[in-house]
Amino acid sequence: MSSPIVKLIAQRVALGILLLLAVSVLIFVGTNLLPGDVAQSILGQAATPVALENLRKEMGLNDPAYVRYFHWLFGILQGDLGTALTSRLDVATSIKERLWNTLFLAFWAAIISVPLAIILGLLAVRYRNGPIDKLISGFALASTSLPEFFIGYLLVFIFAVTFPILPGISTVHEGMPFLEKMKAIALPCTALTLGVLAHMMRMTRAAILNVMQSAYIETAELKGLSAFEIIRKHAFPNAIAPIINVVTINLAFLVVGVVVVEVIFVYPGMGQYLVDHVAKRDVPVVQAVGLIFAAVYIFLNVVADVASILANPRLRHPK
Amino acid sequence: MLRRIPTGALIGLIITALFFLVAIFAHVVAPYGLGEIAGGVWEPMSAKFLFGTDNLGRDLLSRMIHGAQTTILIAVLATLLSFCMGAILGFTAAVVGGWFDTLMSRFVDLLMAIPTLIFGLVVLSVLPSTLATLIIVMGVLDSTRVYRLSRAVAVDLNVMDFVEAAKLRGESKWWVIFAEILPNALSPLVSEFGLRFIYAVLFLSALSFLGLGVQPPEADWGGMVKENKDGIIFGIPAALIPAAAIAVLAISVNLVADWILNRTTDLKGGRGNG
Repeated sequence: MSSPIVKLIAQRVALGILLLLAVSVLIFVGTNLLPGDVAQSILGQAATPVALENLRKEMGLNDPAYVRYFHWLFGILQGDLGTALTSRLDVATSIKERLWNTLFLAFWAAIISVPLAIILGLLAVRYRNGPIDKLISGFALASTSLPEFFIGYLLVFIFAVTFPILPGISTVHEGMPFLEKMKAIALPCTALTLGVLAHMMRMTRAAILNVMQSAYIETAELKGLSAFEIIRKHAFPNAIAPIINVVTINLAFLVVGVVVVEVIFVYPGMGQYLVDHVAKRDVPVVQAVGLIFAAVYIFLNVVADVASILANPRLRHPK
Repeated sequence: MLRRIPTGALIGLIITALFFLVAIFAHVVAPYGLGEIAGGVWEPMSAKFLFGTDNLGRDLLSRMIHGAQTTILIAVLATLLSFCMGAILGFTAAVVGGWFDTLMSRFVDLLMAIPTLIFGLVVLSVLPSTLATLIIVMGVLDSTRVYRLSRAVAVDLNVMDFVEAAKLRGESKWWVIFAEILPNALSPLVSEFGLRFIYAVLFLSALSFLGLGVQPPEADWGGMVKENKDGIIFGIPAALIPAAAIAVLAISVNLVADWILNRTTDLKGGRGNG
């Protein structure tokens, strides 16, 4: 490992941490946007002054905003995500299992969608402007325009109602046999895959086309290398960085897509938990879960940056 | 002129126009009122109820026609807001430069570091659920993308001869932004408007589907999917129809926007039709 790579990676990681810190400020400010205070909006207009005062004291609303922010931040750094207002439960313990459920779902969606997208993207490039390419582009256009719940409920309608082979409601719990768990997540996993597949495929196609059109590929063709040699020696090392980038960016999309998909299939994950508590205006939960989602998103973007630095052959040899 | 439009774009244009017309004349077109209970719960499609009835026995077609108005109105207003904000700030950043540009650009980077839906949910957890809040939240969050595009376009335009000439004439910054840069930046912005509009429709539908967007008794398409989703498991497709309407609208606007984008590729300097 040469030093410029290490330096570049350290820079990206530091930038990511800085960004996460700034995002935590933004989320905190976002939940303090109201000119009035949170206590009032939780309890409503009819609240008695005593109840208001108690809730304010409990939430520390009498302190200035920056004190509350640092209190919140240091709590999170020590693993204390706060207490839910509505259920009085510790947020960290309530989301532990849900976080694993969400990651489990996203993991399998990624395992299926990433290779599929790359293969389809390669096919689209191989048969460029032919019927297969047109078909794939048309599918991509349709799938970026379809709302997730349309795909989701269509899947339920077909595979759980018309042909009842898969469950339409995905209940999973700890200690469930692996195969049954897979059967339960089959439909939400398909919905998620269809959601990110088209975008990933389109970007893969663009990335490979971009490389295939460069001058050094033409040179390689002209000096008589076989198609396989061109791909192995010239195209692949240069295309891998953009492809890794495409994949990680889409994994980040997956993290967001999970929110709607979990609600469709009543899947016990983080997204469902977030939506429930937004509706109940449970601010501490929303702050904590929002921050976790943002952290995963930023983490994946940093991974994308680092991976493309590592995969860049130009940076491997110090000048 | 019409003959040069490709078939796909033409179909998209016609369907989009149809949707807008239905939305504008909703009260004339709809056979029943928005909250009018006209029949039994989840009646199948029939001559009387073209799309059947919903979870409370209201005519689904009429509700969708009224819902088209709500959905399209909110999406249009949010898109307009995001364009006014994004374009004005983006042009100003490019023309003024300096600390204003740096500050705005870094702030937009920060906003875009959080997924839009997540930040939208965070903010909506404390804000009152009114249509105005919804439009402002959607518009402000979406203006980040418009800001980036308009700033990029304006940075290129800002060094062109006619802009330099206007500056040397002693025109004010506002003149440069609105009379020199804006007219020349319009074509790339128009196709982006279509894409942002689709995004607004999908975002609003997702919020309403999650129960955090348009609140009853008002109704939009995403909210109708939510109301009828429990029927799916019993084989009642009522929830699929408003969802399909969202999809059809999004696809047709996409077809039009793609066509405009391809026509203005030279101006954008990228994204060819390869």
